[in-house]
Amino acid sequence: MTELAKIRNFSIVAHIDHGKSTLADRLIQLTSTVADRDMKEQLLDSMDIERERGITIKANTVRLEYTAKDGETYILNLIDTPGHVDFAYEVSRSMRAVEGSLLVVDASQGVEAQTLANVYQAMEADHEIVPVLNKVDLPAAEPARVREQIEDVIGIDASDAVEISAKTGIGVPDVLEAIVTRLPAPKGERDAPLKAMLVDSWYDAYLGVVVLVRVIDGVLKKGDKIKMMATGGLYPVERVGVFRPGMQPINELGPGEMGFLTASIKQVRDTRVGDTITTEKKGTDKPLPGFKPSQPVVFCGLFPVDSAEFEDLRDAIEKLSLNDASFSSEMETSAALGFGFRCGFLGLLHLEVIRDRLEREYGIDLITTAPSVIYHVYLRDGTMLEMHNPADMPDVVKVDRVEEPRIKATILVPDEFLGDVLKLCQDRRGMQLDLTYVGTRAMVVYDLPLSEVVFDFYDRLKSVSKGYASFDYEMIGYAEDQLVKMQVLVNEEPVDALSIMVHRSRAEARGRVMCEKLKELIPQHLFKIPIQAAIGGRVIARETISALRKDVTAKCYGGDATRKRKLLDKQKAGKKKMRQFGRVEIPQEAFINALKMDG
Amino acid sequence: MAEVEGGFGVYVHWPYCLAKCPYCDFNSHVTQSVDHAAWRDAYAREIAWTAAQTPDRRVDTVFFGGGTPSLMEPETVHSVLEAIRAAWPMADGAEVSLEANPTSVEAGKFRAFRDAGVNRISMGVQALNDADLRRLGRMHSVAEAQAAFDIARNAFDRVSFDLIYVRQGQTLDAWREELQQALDMAVDHLSLYQLTIEPGTRFGDLAERGKLRDLPPDDRAADMYDLTQQICTDAGMPAYEVSNHARPGAESRHNLVYWRYGEYAGIGPGAHGRITRNGQRIATDTAKAPQAWLERVAKLGHGVTVEDALDPADQGTEYLLMALRLREGASLRRYSALSGATLPTAAIAELVDARLLDQTGDKIAVTEAGRPVLNAVLRRLLT
Repeated sequence: MTELAKIRNFSIVAHIDHGKSTLADRLIQLTSTVADRDMKEQLLDSMDIERERGITIKANTVRLEYTAKDGETYILNLIDTPGHVDFAYEVSRSMRAVEGSLLVVDASQGVEAQTLANVYQAMEADHEIVPVLNKVDLPAAEPARVREQIEDVIGIDASDAVEISAKTGIGVPDVLEAIVTRLPAPKGERDAPLKAMLVDSWYDAYLGVVVLVRVIDGVLKKGDKIKMMATGGLYPVERVGVFRPGMQPINELGPGEMGFLTASIKQVRDTRVGDTITTEKKGTDKPLPGFKPSQPVVFCGLFPVDSAEFEDLRDAIEKLSLNDASFSSEMETSAALGFGFRCGFLGLLHLEVIRDRLEREYGIDLITTAPSVIYHVYLRDGTMLEMHNPADMPDVVKVDRVEEPRIKATILVPDEFLGDVLKLCQDRRGMQLDLTYVGTRAMVVYDLPLSEVVFDFYDRLKSVSKGYASFDYEMIGYAEDQLVKMQVLVNEEPVDALSIMVHRSRAEARGRVMCEKLKELIPQHLFKIPIQAAIGGRVIARETISALRKDVTAKCYGGDATRKRKLLDKQKAGKKKMRQFGRVEIPQEAFINALKMDG
Repeated sequence: MAEVEGGFGVYVHWPYCLAKCPYCDFNSHVTQSVDHAAWRDAYAREIAWTAAQTPDRRVDTVFFGGGTPSLMEPETVHSVLEAIRAAWPMADGAEVSLEANPTSVEAGKFRAFRDAGVNRISMGVQALNDADLRRLGRMHSVAEAQAAFDIARNAFDRVSFDLIYVRQGQTLDAWREELQQALDMAVDHLSLYQLTIEPGTRFGDLAERGKLRDLPPDDRAADMYDLTQQICTDAGMPAYEVSNHARPGAESRHNLVYWRYGEYAGIGPGAHGRITRNGQRIATDTAKAPQAWLERVAKLGHGVTVEDALDPADQGTEYLLMALRLREGASLRRYSALSGATLPTAAIAELVDARLLDQTGDKIAVTEAGRPVLNAVLRRLLT
């Protein structure tokens, strides 16, 4: 038990690549939390995907012990939050678990869209914020300019920003001192009923579900019978501990402290991020405010390339679901792709992470269909259908109107690329809400349909801005628009996996591009293949793949038999990656690439 | 002595050329000097060793390929044939072919080759147009080729020559004219190959860098193939194989051994073989580099580096991909006997329906329309 005055809880807010993980590594090193020989980069990112992509998916904490200049030893709890917009809700929960933030800004790059999104969340959570300028040792660093930018854009005092180089360690001790002197100590009452926030949870093969908690009031001890207030679940606490950064059991967690508990919880689904944990008896009856379960917003179909792997896919999805409550799945049958799953994700990154993990950790080759959002389809009979698969679109005569989710997107971009970025947003049916300047960079705010963003918007944005634009978004609600379902017919057969919802005014252009792309993506066959895009029964675009005319080996003698046989065997293996539609074979990458809007 | 289905041939590889042609991906090498005696000795040893492994055969055909086997000394050809005769009995009237470049130097050796036992010459004329011959890296002119061809005709009853078409900048009309000219020259056999850009060749490198200009597109290539079939058929030299034309009875019997999936022994560097031993069909290959092969033969008595037992599925695939090249086609029974499986009837029906395949009882054969897309037909049948 540590007295409240000796505790500081904080998070680090930063744009990707601005040095959050490196700073965390340095803080861990300087407080001797990890022996030098055990030190590795991005210590807090435990998943391969996290390390590879330099992103954080699960929240993580580490408890540091720091003896400050005042001679006192403080407990510093660092919470490492997911940085990506897909996990915005998780971030907001994590933010509420701490009292202060370090705002890390790359002194050569300046403030980015993601920095803004996260710092606003920190401000919303009433954080004290300590600005930290990283990479000041780089020749391109402009600390004075970036300081000004922080004040202009974010509106916080940056005059005493700490200048550091997380890479070389310069200035990092000042960061520790600033945490102690400038961030507030937590508040809480030891004698009050237990009230703890469930910050995150994950599955551990040995311990079952591990729950990351922040105790607000009361004391959490081994042996307590706890209650999850949102789900009503009751569990006896088996272990209580802290992360240093490995798990270290302790006797109890008091007010202001962060740590973990295990309690024979079988599934991550039984724990809801943001839920309030109390004791079964004499517990609090006032849960922490603001709990809401996270909802998937992007959907796509996942089908095994090899239909024999369907059961393996089912097992893999079940296992992943155990560890990720925000990922939903239900079985789906596609005439085109056979048996698979319709899966829901928090965003496109979340989708990619899950797909990567299924392919990598479970070794299943997947066909991913076009991502879709949830449309609200209002029927003439007054009912509303939440549709997340265009294949489920009811007959147009039954439909009164269709609404789609919209987002507010904030984009920061150097002036020279502004024109292209505006064009991109216009092309994606955006409505400009704001355009201001932050130094030499423009900050544009757009109201955009989520459906136009979930696919390749981010890639296109990066490409038109040569990588300089940064982007963040939040959901702002539903709005009606002229949306129709476009079908694609290959050799006269509709391919359900290629159906998309599209704006009426763009259907023809979209259909034309899709037909052209499919013409490139589908190899020539022994017969000619018509490709058509249609709305209802009306064909709006058409291409034809001409029949193959030449594919023969000119010379084939005794010495060529082996090579030609191996070539045929290779083609046979390649054919497994194709999907058969009637007599036409469609390569699996066509299902995603046909929808790309570039070029 | 067991009768071998499809026949038994001996392939002898001579790996040297005076220069490497830019389209050629064969196992050929350019060297300053050749120790002909050492080669004679090595060939003889490998032939004897091979015969010991594969006794009880009667040799139906021998083929000297390369490289440029017309650069061999006639004495070497003679001694190789002697070694073959010593190893196996030769069939009456066995076919003995040799590939030759149509230069005056080589033409001067034709009679000596005939005296050594060669009875068929296959000449690499390649084009009847001097500019194109230069572009193909050939060292002869059209006039020289025609002169060499005349000498060959006088020395041998059976003479064939090769042309390469679908060349850079070649038009349908130009090819029509050149093919007419070739047919006027031809005796009873002609090989007409569409130019194929192989990786690892000079043309392959150029193509990769986008510097091989004016290659006819596939559509024109297909038109040129169709035109070739029509002209040759009209001239009484229909295709009996994808790229080979002959008057009936004048087919290359050695190459028929390959396409009918008979047995063949490979002698010399990088020579492949297909041999049945104790009921198991085996794919053999020898050391590719001439020096490595010579050293191996000196040490072991043979240059074989690969002896792979072919599983039934592989044999079925090889049989089909070879036999369907022939106008006569493949036997479904033989395919089943080799592979232990049957071809999907739905695929056959579909291809017959599309007029790409004919079925007559046990035989399936690719139609004239199917031949230019044979690879796709094979994929449909085998996958």
